[in-house]
Amino acid sequence: MTFDWLALAPVVIVSVTAVVVLLADAFAGVRRWAMATVGSIVALVACGVVTAVLDGDPRATMCSQAAGVGGVGPVTRCSYAVDGFTVPLWWIVLAASALVVLLAAASASDLATPPGELHFLLLASVAGALTLAAARDLVTLVVALELVSLPSIALVAVRRGDHLAARSAWTFFLASVTATAITLMGASLVYGATGSVHYGDIAAAIENGALPLEVLRTGVVFLLAGLIFKIGAVPFHMWVPDTYAGADTAVAAYLSVVSKTAGFAGLLIVLALPFEAMSDTWSPMMAVVAGVTMTVGNLAALRSSDAIGLLAWSSVAQAGFVLAPVAALLLGPAGTDSGLYASIRYLGIYALANMAAFAAVAHVRSRTGRTDLESFRGLLRRDPLAGVTLSFALLALAGFPPAVIGLVAKYVVLRPVVEDGHAVLAVVMAVNVAIGLAYYLRFLVVVLSPASVASGRVLVVGQRHGPRLAMGLGLAALLITSAWPGLVTSVLL
Amino acid sequence: MMSGLLVVLLAPVLGALAVGLAGARWTPRAGALVGVVVSLVSLAAVLVVWFTRSPEESFAGEVDHVWIEALSVHWHLGVDGASVPLVCLTAVLSALCCAWLAGEPTSLADVSRGDTQAGPSTHALLALVLVVEAASIGVFVALDLLLFFVFFELALVPMWFVIAWWGDPHDEAGRRQAATRFLLFTVTGSALMLVGFVGLAARTGTLQIPELATLAPGITGTFELALAGAIALGLAVKTPIWPLHIWLPDAHASAPTVGSVLLAGVFLKLGTYGFIRILVPVLPEPTARLAPYLAGFAVVGIVYSALACLRQRDLKRLIAYSSVGHMGFVVLGIATLNESGMAAAIFASVAHGVITGLLFFLAGAIKDRHGTAVLARLGHGMYTRAPWLAVAFGFGCLASLGVPGLAGFWGELLALRGAYEAGLDGGVLSRATAWTVLGVAAVGIALTTAYFTGLMRRLLQGDPAAAEPVTAAGTATATATAVAAATDLDRREAVVVGVLVLATVLLGLLPLVLTAPIGEALPWLLGGGR
Repeated sequence: MTFDWLALAPVVIVSVTAVVVLLADAFAGVRRWAMATVGSIVALVACGVVTAVLDGDPRATMCSQAAGVGGVGPVTRCSYAVDGFTVPLWWIVLAASALVVLLAAASASDLATPPGELHFLLLASVAGALTLAAARDLVTLVVALELVSLPSIALVAVRRGDHLAARSAWTFFLASVTATAITLMGASLVYGATGSVHYGDIAAAIENGALPLEVLRTGVVFLLAGLIFKIGAVPFHMWVPDTYAGADTAVAAYLSVVSKTAGFAGLLIVLALPFEAMSDTWSPMMAVVAGVTMTVGNLAALRSSDAIGLLAWSSVAQAGFVLAPVAALLLGPAGTDSGLYASIRYLGIYALANMAAFAAVAHVRSRTGRTDLESFRGLLRRDPLAGVTLSFALLALAGFPPAVIGLVAKYVVLRPVVEDGHAVLAVVMAVNVAIGLAYYLRFLVVVLSPASVASGRVLVVGQRHGPRLAMGLGLAALLITSAWPGLVTSVLL
Repeated sequence: MMSGLLVVLLAPVLGALAVGLAGARWTPRAGALVGVVVSLVSLAAVLVVWFTRSPEESFAGEVDHVWIEALSVHWHLGVDGASVPLVCLTAVLSALCCAWLAGEPTSLADVSRGDTQAGPSTHALLALVLVVEAASIGVFVALDLLLFFVFFELALVPMWFVIAWWGDPHDEAGRRQAATRFLLFTVTGSALMLVGFVGLAARTGTLQIPELATLAPGITGTFELALAGAIALGLAVKTPIWPLHIWLPDAHASAPTVGSVLLAGVFLKLGTYGFIRILVPVLPEPTARLAPYLAGFAVVGIVYSALACLRQRDLKRLIAYSSVGHMGFVVLGIATLNESGMAAAIFASVAHGVITGLLFFLAGAIKDRHGTAVLARLGHGMYTRAPWLAVAFGFGCLASLGVPGLAGFWGELLALRGAYEAGLDGGVLSRATAWTVLGVAAVGIALTTAYFTGLMRRLLQGDPAAAEPVTAAGTATATATAVAAATDLDRREAVVVGVLVLATVLLGLLPLVLTAPIGEALPWLLGGGR
């Protein structure tokens, strides 16, 4: 077995930095936060450089030779690949994680939050997310999935003595363990049916036919159920609002963007590579899950009166939009407007807008200690940067101009759905765009409203630059991509 | 390449930014002046583009840059004889709205809310008016489906704020509800329209309207009929076509004066323009199959709105419902798919913008004086109390019911002629359908005349002191407010009203100023540049 260290570099860099940050924190006395933040950012930027080098240069590693299934000559099968699927997903994970690190600095003056542990867990989970996007066999998939999940459960409960956080972490833990168990069950059924865990072998076995189809189908459905759990889609979505409510804002942002992206990475690649030939098994299922997820998420968000709750439910609804083109997954030659690329592009734009929104929420929370919608009243007047960022992010999530990028995202996911003739799903999406606007607008109105009478006491917990920087970066990215949406669509290919 | 059309589009955007950022550093008068100037710059620029066009091109001032390469979206602008009149209408009405706001002391909503310093300011309203103007102009000049859609949606959220924050000061819950209903109806409609656009792009591989129009003969079939249906449904909500009009009366009645003017004068035209620019040239065959239904809903709308007007007790709601009838004529014209009908649709769109704009300005003036628009409390005899206001209002009513010699006449006449021609051999309607449609429309015209004359008799004529047969208390307040409100048009109002009266007379006596450019655009609209 050979190792291509350049292809593995991002995972290695992040993992090593995680350990270094933890150890340095244990031995360093002062300025622990600044050290952890800077160290993590440096590691993520280094990963970005490596990703830029790897872009357009497909590589596979951890390969072995084996006799092919069904008597086909010896084949090379690799467990880890950096290709046209991996690179855009890495970009999303790395950029969002960097913003999360900046956001986490908001709790720097909170003595109950240990910086070393926080950054260690964060980076460990990021390493899992990066691996997940490169995993090309079922074992690597499950291991990477666990590497994403377990640290993020601990992240939710990282604040010492916070009972709400502990409860949320328990909810998340139970949900996550169940999901993993189901995924493992699915993976073993698929292994039993096809005789291999490698994506290439599974695809070849399905091509050859003569398999116990019932077992295989059950396996696929179980595998998908576990991944759907991870992305928080209906019917496995109930943990999302509960967990976000107890977690720190930065951690909620992490769960809603990076962890979700990791789940999608697993789901999209599993569907596209080994099981593409079985699309008539999973395509109707994905269409129903997408339609129901966006509807349930949106309807619940309508009733939410808390910013975190609203964003949590909105992230459920957005998962439905990401999933919609998967129902119409058409694996054309790389670079065409297939459903897979539509999902990745939408995911990238959602990640950007959602991170910007969470940055503004984290900022307000660190100032007022509150997250109910009323605490945002008059935000635009009080704090123009936070107000403009939040307004623009909400419009982008709703898909409305002037946040053109959000509208382009809606167009991108609608196109494969319409192209493939899923008329019902297209109409459900159209109606959900309207419902979504209703609650994003409700939030927006509070932010823009002139009166700031009820803003209450201002509780300044330290003047940290992290959230401000994250907001500025998020806003700049949203503005630039709204003027030139081509930037996003060309990067995320 | 710098095109005049970018000036047309950017002038109001820059104006909005300037007014919005300057805020209270400028007096409302200065802000309004900026608004008027940028709107007039837009108007002048579009006229320059139009009159310096080269005769062999279908679109004047065309700009075409790739905007999103992966999705083949272009930044593609251009005007022809169908869009120039609507751009001019938008610029003129926006300029007048800004002029109208120059004299508003403070918005009434501030006073009712009790916080004078934190209330929404006139500056913000001015900025929103200019954003709406820019978005509407953008719709009228866009030649790319996605760009069209971006502009189509851009104006919605600002309009929500116009209605919900500056609307009827006496009914905060009501105006919010009206604004939200307006928004959700139109957003659902336009999302369906987006589905149609996406399907069209998937089917043809392009988003450019001129290119689509040349491909039009091949775009037939069941899938294409479904696309045309989705697009038509989305536009029908915006236009609105009965029975999808139910968002309109509340929104128009609750909006502030400038909001009502922009909604009726400009917003509804976005829907009709979509029919004219996209549905008819790009999907002619599916549209022909939808035409009988469109015509049917259109004439039912004409009669329905006239009946609704007869029962209205609120002046602004009455004018709002009369819009549904006028839009019925526009849609009837479109549904004929022939030259007379399409010319009628564009002419009637512009005429409706001018006349209903006039009526809403006057209704706003009346509401400002009386604090209410409920007819029973406005009293009688406005001719005696405020002669200029009353004469202008009577003029508006006559123009709106389609008296020959004024702007409203030509659109209705041409629409009826188009419907008649569509029933002849080779038209899109069957003979029976065409005659039924004509008959129902004639009934609608009669009822329209009835309610407008009724309104004039009730509001303008009679003895100002005569008591309304309501309750004793109601009578007392009605008479008191009527006397207190016996002031005539001030200078600002007179200028705004005068411009629109002049435009109404000009379009009525010299229809050629509109029919000439429209005539140039018709071959493209009906033949798709083939």
